[in-house]
Amino acid sequence: MTFQLSTWLKGSALILSLTVSSVASAAGGNVELESPRIDQSNEKSLQRGAKVFANYCMGCHSADYHRYGRLARDLGLTDEDVSENLIFTTDKDGAPTKIGSLMEITMTEDYARASFGVVPPNLALTARSRGVDWIYSYLKGFYLDPERGGVGVNNTVYPGAAMPHVLWDLQGWRKAIYEEVDGAKVITGFEQVTEGSLTPAEYDKTIADLTNFMAYLADPIKTTRHRIGTWVLAFLFVLLAISYFLKKEYWRDVT
Amino acid sequence: MSNNSAGQNSGGQGAGGQGAGGMMGWIDERFPLTKLLEEHVTKYYAPKNFNFWYYFGALSLLVLIIQIVTGIFLTMNYKPDGELAFTSVEYIMRDVNFGWLIRYMHSTGASMFFVVVYLHMFRALMYGSYKKPRELLWIFGMLIYVCLMAEAFMGYLLPWGQMSYWGAQVIISLFGAIPFGIGDAVTLWLKGDYIVSDATLNRFFALHVIAVPLVLIMLVAAHIMALHEVGSNNPDGVDIKKNKNAAGIPKDGIPFHPYYTVKDFMGAIVFLIVFFTIVFFMPEMGGYFLEHANFIPADPLKTPEHIAPVWYFTPFYAILRAVPDKLGGVMAMGAAIVVLFFLPWIDRNNVRSIRYRSLAYKVLLFSFVIAFIVLGYYGMQAPTPVGTLVSRIAALVYFGFFVGLFFVSKNEKTKPVPERVTS
Repeated sequence: MTFQLSTWLKGSALILSLTVSSVASAAGGNVELESPRIDQSNEKSLQRGAKVFANYCMGCHSADYHRYGRLARDLGLTDEDVSENLIFTTDKDGAPTKIGSLMEITMTEDYARASFGVVPPNLALTARSRGVDWIYSYLKGFYLDPERGGVGVNNTVYPGAAMPHVLWDLQGWRKAIYEEVDGAKVITGFEQVTEGSLTPAEYDKTIADLTNFMAYLADPIKTTRHRIGTWVLAFLFVLLAISYFLKKEYWRDVT
Repeated sequence: MSNNSAGQNSGGQGAGGQGAGGMMGWIDERFPLTKLLEEHVTKYYAPKNFNFWYYFGALSLLVLIIQIVTGIFLTMNYKPDGELAFTSVEYIMRDVNFGWLIRYMHSTGASMFFVVVYLHMFRALMYGSYKKPRELLWIFGMLIYVCLMAEAFMGYLLPWGQMSYWGAQVIISLFGAIPFGIGDAVTLWLKGDYIVSDATLNRFFALHVIAVPLVLIMLVAAHIMALHEVGSNNPDGVDIKKNKNAAGIPKDGIPFHPYYTVKDFMGAIVFLIVFFTIVFFMPEMGGYFLEHANFIPADPLKTPEHIAPVWYFTPFYAILRAVPDKLGGVMAMGAAIVVLFFLPWIDRNNVRSIRYRSLAYKVLLFSFVIAFIVLGYYGMQAPTPVGTLVSRIAALVYFGFFVGLFFVSKNEKTKPVPERVTS
């Protein structure tokens, strides 16, 4: 029932040719998630994603399972590139964070609780716990909601999210268009209130890169794993052929 | 060259103090190496008609070895500490050389262990491998299975993710259903705390890396010794020891080595192809081998929306949920495992193999397997009215198999069993 309804809503919203990203019922967060087109072997995309991540996310969100040095190697960057462009924190003595450090942030948990009511989660594994579709749709799902004090925005994927729309200068502000369906207030589309510095298409591409980077962050070995795995399987298939003929040879006299 | 080595081998036994020559002779005077090898490998005569289903015993042993070896290396970098456990797993995944490979092999191995063991057990059901004289062999096997469940359950707590934590919380709380105040005492004793905590993690670590594996290895040894004492069953359920040649060798038997060592080697390669495809290309197996919620650190204050055990426990979990009463559910779940121990006495028919048994038996076994799979599926889902209803029916079918078998097998119309194995 819910599924059909949202499918129908999505269809009608498209006809209205509004800037539709995802459709949610106002009550819950059961929206259809959008899949970004990402490729973890695309270094340029990962580099762009890393830039957005370091500039916009790492003010509040830590990723301290991963190291900057590893990130540099995996993304085809030099240690200097990363130190100069992606590391904005300092250590206890005030010296710039070293390349071999974990991707920590300086905001304390107490400060975070006082500001947002919650500690912003570590984002290193979010692509594995929530999935890339969720991240992509979440970052596309912000809209102005006057009923929400404080952050002033809500999210279609995660209603009541404590996070402000930090990418607002890229996307611009937009508000939801509501419609009454079966007595419930439902979002059918969005209306741009102020322009962002990016066009909607550019914004989608930017957060796709960001999502790609977060997928890398959650599973940094993936591309290497696939490469080694191919060779391992090739070897095993050769071994299988040999073992098959060996078995056949030995079993010739069994009748 | 070949003459020499042949001489050495045959000289191993009964050479007495006369120094039968070579390294083997020297050892055999001090340790029964040749005798052991002959008894268990080179002169262990296995039926020649093993089919596909007979790979899974050897494969279980292979997975056990993979688990032990990868487990040793994981232990070198893992920290059994509520504050450090989750981070140390990520450290293994990112900073330890090939740590990701070791960890994925271990996590995939856990699930694959159950895959091969379930197929191995199904083989025993199909060909009556639990029947006289293999009752103890079956019971050792069942004990291995129970140990394996304990091992898997405690191992799953160690990554200290949300599903580790809450899964353990739910399973341990089941013991709380025991009445007369015993239940609460037992759960407290298991956890070492009032909630699942650092104390629980530490004891689970100790049990997972030393206590249970030790028991497991001893049981595997007993399982193999019992097998080699009575001899392997086969798809025809024929006793090959009844037909021996002049030399006392079963006419339908072939020495385990080299025949089954080369055959099992081939089987092992096929298994490893499947295993490494998962390890390298889909280590999460769509959330079935590594659950998504387990990539979030354990949080005692935040219960996940949907707690489900890993797939290999879900048939029993579904039986638990199918019973409306908590104590009743726990008892039904326990009974579902315990009843398997009594299989050799529940099945009262002498004919072993499904090939020569009645249609009624085949229907029973088929419905049992379907019920098990259906239960496994619904055990993974969030409870729904339909799911509960289907689980109840499937649970009845599950237990119905044993009841039905008890009566059907008494006066079962079987087909004549051949004297020799068919090929």
